[in-house]
Amino acid sequence: MDNAFGEPQNIVVLGGTSEIGLAIAHHLVSPVTRSIVLACRDLAKGEQAAAALRSDTVEVSVVSFDAADTASHERVIGDIVEAHGDLDVVVLAFGQLGNGEATGADVAEAAALAHVNFTGAISASVAVANRLRKQGHGTLVVLSSVAGERVRKANFVYGATKAGLDGFAQGLGDSLEGTGARVLVVRPGFVHSAMTKGMKAAPFATTPDKVADVTVQGLRRGNRTVWAPGILRFVFSALRHVPGPIWRKLPLG
Amino acid sequence: MAVTRTSLTGWGRTNPSAAELVELFRSELPAALKEVDDRGALVRGLGRSYGDAAQNGGGLVIRLMGSATDALLDREAGTVTVSAGASLDELLRYIVPRGFFVPVTPGTRFVTIGGAIASDIHGKNHHFDGSFGKHVLRMSLQLADGSVAEIGPDRDPELFWATIGGMGLTGIVLDATIRLLRVETSRMAVDTHRLPDLDTLMDTMADGDDDAHRYSVAWIDLAAKGSQLGRSVLTRGDHARFEQLPAKHQSDPLSYGPEQLVSVPPIIPRPGLLNHVTVAAFNELWFRKAPKRKIGGIESISSFFHPLDMVGQWARFYGKPGLVQYQLVVPFGQEDAMRRIVERVSASGAASFLAVLKRFGAGNEAPLSFPQPGWTLALDMPGGAPGLGKLLHGLDDMVLEAGGRNYFAKDAHTVPETIRRGYPRLAEWQAVRRRVDPHEVWQSDLGRRLHLAGD
Ligand SMILES: Cc1cc2nc3c(=O)[nH]c(=O)nc-3n(C[C@H](O)[C@H](O)[C@H](O)COP(=O)(O)OP(=O)(O)OC[C@H]3O[C@@H](n4cnc5c(N)ncnc54)[C@H](O)[C@@H]3O)c2cc1C
Ligand SMILES: NC(=O)c1ccc[n+]([C@@H]2O[C@H](COP(=O)([O-])OP(=O)(O)OC[C@H]3O[C@@H](n4cnc5c(N)ncnc54)[C@H](OP(=O)(O)O)[C@@H]3O)[C@@H](O)[C@H]2O)c1
Repeated sequence: MDNAFGEPQNIVVLGGTSEIGLAIAHHLVSPVTRSIVLACRDLAKGEQAAAALRSDTVEVSVVSFDAADTASHERVIGDIVEAHGDLDVVVLAFGQLGNGEATGADVAEAAALAHVNFTGAISASVAVANRLRKQGHGTLVVLSSVAGERVRKANFVYGATKAGLDGFAQGLGDSLEGTGARVLVVRPGFVHSAMTKGMKAAPFATTPDKVADVTVQGLRRGNRTVWAPGILRFVFSALRHVPGPIWRKLPLG
Repeated sequence: MAVTRTSLTGWGRTNPSAAELVELFRSELPAALKEVDDRGALVRGLGRSYGDAAQNGGGLVIRLMGSATDALLDREAGTVTVSAGASLDELLRYIVPRGFFVPVTPGTRFVTIGGAIASDIHGKNHHFDGSFGKHVLRMSLQLADGSVAEIGPDRDPELFWATIGGMGLTGIVLDATIRLLRVETSRMAVDTHRLPDLDTLMDTMADGDDDAHRYSVAWIDLAAKGSQLGRSVLTRGDHARFEQLPAKHQSDPLSYGPEQLVSVPPIIPRPGLLNHVTVAAFNELWFRKAPKRKIGGIESISSFFHPLDMVGQWARFYGKPGLVQYQLVVPFGQEDAMRRIVERVSASGAASFLAVLKRFGAGNEAPLSFPQPGWTLALDMPGGAPGLGKLLHGLDDMVLEAGGRNYFAKDAHTVPETIRRGYPRLAEWQAVRRRVDPHEVWQSDLGRRLHLAGD
């Protein structure tokens, strides 16, 4: 249960090695934090991240989670609840960027990416939402992306999965209205993280820390959507209406 | 049964959760309890606790139907037997015109008898009369297994005292017999003193005069700084005797009809309406309005005990982030700690509209009862004030260090460890709870957040 300041006791990061997901966990830690669960596929990497979060009062556990293995999602979430009690904040942070236009030309790669980013995200979200609905409180944070706002050719498979996920998350949030559970959709722009390592930064590039800042603020305020940085909301409301021929030539990376 | 999933908060409107809300008569409880799932059930009164005490996310929340119309007043014994779902408001309307008063009233009359017992509430007369539980002669308690227990200080005293201050986690109080106070009039005779700073205030309150008055409480201006830190208005009062009434009231000495003036509309005031500047200005006015010294002023029951009730849903003034109450007690001898706490709150700039200081008298046998001999301070703060979380966690440490604790009925922020240090008899209470509720039917958000039932 969150306290009056929106300080959660139990935090779960799905994709527990994600730089943005971990930054959010770090920002959420307060004296009321009891447990943080990092659910990830690379357990050794998860343990490293756990060490940085652990303290006398915070129990950090690393559990095995593969977004592609949708059949396991209900069990993984169930086990976490069994071990730690109510889910206060769950951050859905996993995702793969793929290999740009090459991914869009490779049948297996494209399908695999869509499976993780879209199918896996939906499956894990539903498993979480069912729990939140039952407990009558709690928030699912979904890491969407501005890439889904208007899909670009540079990463159109990734962008399409984020467009779909974003729509799903908004609808899920609406469907949870009145149940006590909430969804917060986070739409970052270009973030300097493992995912974008070596890539040329896009305009308004930001850091995992800043995304975490905006996310925690959104959680405290009870927002449904936040953009990181905030200005992207206005940038994209303009970009959405740019005519196709111009859009295709824009230097958006 | 007609259940509707409803989002519930406490009076502070801070951390909501949704539950299946249902209104039931006592006869309907056993059947309803059979259908409770692993999210459990909880009784809710009028939701005047500030935090999440009367919430049970995902579970059942029961409003117990009942009113004061079927209350049984025993004039000779000076007791009343009343449904636990009835409010003090209704009860006062019934008993005051008949020459009786409730043994303890909080700062609002919109609490239920059940809520008064479950929080073991205290009033301005704690130094004189103790808390509510001391005046409960017996009660019937709906247990988790569907049966009803008849309990009192001499009948299963462990369960009786675990229920007093037990935050609804031992069962549902169905009705109770309460010892009342006889009064000659419905008016209060009140002395008011304006005091320049905290030390003078605590000295004045401790000098023995307090014990000559049944009621005593001080309002502190936390927006004042430096040498004015803790400037305050102390009011002490007693029920006015007949001959103290002005002639015009003597024809109807027990008339009682509190009115509610206005309700704050649900439209939220501009955010930031309550900030340090507006609060400081308000406090300045309040302080100057108070007489330097006035003896024997005559006031109505509602203006003396329940001034905030005149402004209906005043908590809405705090807008979307809600408000947070913090109430602590530190033992006598810890005046320095109290001063440091007041200094810290004042320095934080977290605007506190109302800060109330009072002397507590002896505590009672209830393991989770809040009052203990010492000084209690209650603060109202806007939930959105920056750094408030840090401030209150910091205050927790200072309070525990001083051997004190904070109040469940107001809590919305603390952690299980704080409760374990502040309430060393928690384990005793847990043992009683395990006896009467082995399957953990009674659950609340507060209970889950503070691990009240388990380790
Ligand atoms: C303006 C204001 C001033 C206040 N001043 C004071 C004060 O001076 N002193 C003080 O002590 N408190 C004060 N309070 C707090 C208030 O008195 C307590 O929180 C009280 O418990 C509220 O009663 P309620 O009926 O609204 O109960 P709720 O807030 O609905 O419930 C509180 C607890 O009581 C339990 N409960 C309710 N009914 C029953 C029942 N039938 N059987 C068993 N458990 C039950 C609930 O499960 C919950 O745990 C104040 C509150 C406000 C809003
Ligand atoms: N970085 C950006 O510019 C940016 C912008 C907008 C949105 N986002 C979104 O933000 C989220 C977090 O990204 P990030 O920047 O923190 O990048 P990151 O550090 O690379 O995090 C992505 C995480 O997803 C995990 N993951 C990938 N496939 C998985 C699978 N099948 N099962 C479980 N976990 C899997 C990765 O785990 P491994 O360590 O095992 O690979 C990695 O921890 C992603 O959803 C991303 O799409 C990022």
